[in-house]
Amino acid sequence: MLTAISFYLLAAVAIGAAFLVVASRNPVHSVMYLILTFFSAAGLFILMGAEFLALLIIMVYVGAVAVLFLFVVMMLDVDFVEMKQGFLQYMPYGIAVALVLFVEMILVGAAYYSGTTTTVVERDPNVSNLEAFGEVLYTEYAGMFEAAGLILLVALIGAVVLTLRERGGVRKQDIVEQNARTRATGVEHVDIEPGQGIG
Amino acid sequence: MVIGLAHYLVVAAVLFTIGVFGIFVNRKNVIIILMCVELILLAVNINFVAFSTHMAEGAGNNPMAGQVFALFILTVAAAEAAVGLAILVVYFRNRGNIAVENIDLMKG
Repeated sequence: MLTAISFYLLAAVAIGAAFLVVASRNPVHSVMYLILTFFSAAGLFILMGAEFLALLIIMVYVGAVAVLFLFVVMMLDVDFVEMKQGFLQYMPYGIAVALVLFVEMILVGAAYYSGTTTTVVERDPNVSNLEAFGEVLYTEYAGMFEAAGLILLVALIGAVVLTLRERGGVRKQDIVEQNARTRATGVEHVDIEPGQGIG
Repeated sequence: MVIGLAHYLVVAAVLFTIGVFGIFVNRKNVIIILMCVELILLAVNINFVAFSTHMAEGAGNNPMAGQVFALFILTVAAAEAAVGLAILVVYFRNRGNIAVENIDLMKG
């Protein structure tokens, strides 16, 4: 009973917040609703018994991705009022495509499993979710785990390379030039006659 | 009032549909489109975890694999968000706006 109430509550909040991500006028509010959606999804994960992924979702999405979105939204100086124009114009197409997609997914996926009420399978209580996760991740999928790390590295370098910009007129330390400096180029010997000065 | 696999699949389907709907409706703001992609990936993750936790353990199959793949999707989603937002920042720097309608310079 409690499971059912939690499920319907979390599902309703997740779906409502997801719709508000699309529909809200201000992108900052959209990011906030995105965070709410992720929190509710994390709740659903806990309900299903995948605690590790639930915490991971909160850490990665709420802690990193959502903050990144918030940062970009607030950094870009965009006129948000005109951003929503054309919402009603494209609404019919959006609804048509969404409806077809939704019906298809229900027919193919959920309806297939609705006849047989498969509930969450009870796991061995002595093995925690995290333990079971690590046992598979670091043995069977060790190569893919390293590939995931490589993807993150490529994304990191890509993001830095994309946003790096050389600005003119900035005084920067050039270590190569400093090290290449010799006595001949750096020091000048001036023989000053008595009573004349350098001028 | 038994919550089964189908319930979770419906929630994931609704989230996925909202994501696709958002991509279609938003013709002005690229950031919202990126958020919709995140929503779609979240829906896929819910599906993976639902199937993983509702599957009985048998010989030769480990239900935990579904959650491992959800982790990989999480990784790709984070990388996609980082690179997508970096491209967005560069685009905004060059053009001064991020309207989707204007991103058709190549007339493709």
